[in-house]
Amino acid sequence: MKRAFPILAVLTAALLSYGLYAALIVAPTERTMGDVQRIFYYHVPSAWTAFTLFFLNLVASIVYLIRRNPKADALAFAAAEVGVVFCTVVLVTGPIWARPVWGIWWTWDLRLTLTLVLWLIYVSYLMLRRFSSSGQTPVMAAVLAIFGALDVPLVYFSIWFFRTQHPQPVIGGGGSIDPRMLHVLLINWAAFSCFAALVCWSRYHLEVLSREVEETQALESLLGAESSR
Amino acid sequence: MSSSGITRATLTKDLRLEWRSKDAINSMLFFALLVVVIFSFSFDPTAEESRRIAGGLVWVAFLFAAVVALNQTWARELRNQVLDAYRVSPAPANSLFLAKALGNFILVTVLEALMTPLFIVFYNLRALGPAYQLLIVAALGTWALVVNGTFFAAMSVRTRSREIMLPLLLFPISIPALLAMVEATSSILTGEYSARFWIVLLAAYDVVFTMASLFLFELVLQAE
Repeated sequence: MKRAFPILAVLTAALLSYGLYAALIVAPTERTMGDVQRIFYYHVPSAWTAFTLFFLNLVASIVYLIRRNPKADALAFAAAEVGVVFCTVVLVTGPIWARPVWGIWWTWDLRLTLTLVLWLIYVSYLMLRRFSSSGQTPVMAAVLAIFGALDVPLVYFSIWFFRTQHPQPVIGGGGSIDPRMLHVLLINWAAFSCFAALVCWSRYHLEVLSREVEETQALESLLGAESSR
Repeated sequence: MSSSGITRATLTKDLRLEWRSKDAINSMLFFALLVVVIFSFSFDPTAEESRRIAGGLVWVAFLFAAVVALNQTWARELRNQVLDAYRVSPAPANSLFLAKALGNFILVTVLEALMTPLFIVFYNLRALGPAYQLLIVAALGTWALVVNGTFFAAMSVRTRSREIMLPLLLFPISIPALLAMVEATSSILTGEYSARFWIVLLAAYDVVFTMASLFLFELVLQAE
């Protein structure tokens, strides 16, 4: 496993740089939106990656609650943290793209709102992890992850109905995508997924290590207190 | 003792404590009153406008006020290690949870009953739609806030800075419920469209999160 890490790192670097080149030069310019549309190749892969990571967090949380394996908890933590970063990228690139194209920064559209609510839930997840005392954190965080997942379909239906009553947002739904654009999109998606896996992996490793250090320190101070008696 | 007996005993104990001290209900009432007055000042709406925004104002006021009650649900049990005693006792965790949730439900319902006349006075409200539906929305909406609030209060009570942690956990999860309450109330007040979808959504929210809380509460109570 250890040897796979540098290979993944090299692959990620290659994919990311090719992805950037493809997004800026290879991909054709969109007819109506112009060059600003190229943000698409970063915006959409980030969203997919963030959702994948949140799903990974949910799975790891459930595994933790069943098996009580601390490694599952470390993975859940790493996935949530990296997921929030990617979700932030989505929420920042979205308005940058929306402003010149739709003329507005933000609209309470279904996907936008769902992404924002997911982001809020996972930020509260990270806050909970930060503020709770160490022993109880894993269980409470895992429970919160399950609550968040249950919330998603309800958020979806509420906003879906909310929007159908109000004026429709100005989004060109449907339509087909140029195969060259799709190609660039998929390259970037692969690059972002590798990047997320890489960061998640090292974050997970760091988390496991820091827990080991904490345990050793606690043990040492116990032994020290014991011997000084 | 049967589990419903435990629920009843805990609920009576909490209500008696509240009846004698009136700590939570007084602070909630005054807090909600302040919110009503400040909103009324800062928006100064006409009757037509207030019908549109009242749903939002009412529920935001109740949500903030409910947090006051929810925060002290479990804090009371920390003194003298009562919570630890619950943990080691063979009493089922769910009956304790239900007692706490019902207690909060009663508190928030009393608050709503007392505050609603004030809202009507300050905002000149009159429902143009079917007003009886407001009772359904109030009951379902209050339960939606209270069931998750009681659950998250049990989590936040064991974190650092517990008072602030509860809204941080509760508000993001409550977004669909809050949207449903606000939209249902506005649609009943304005009478422009049917509130049925929102009532169904609220009921679904209540069922999902009541089940989830009952299923997971024991884990949270026993978390070491």
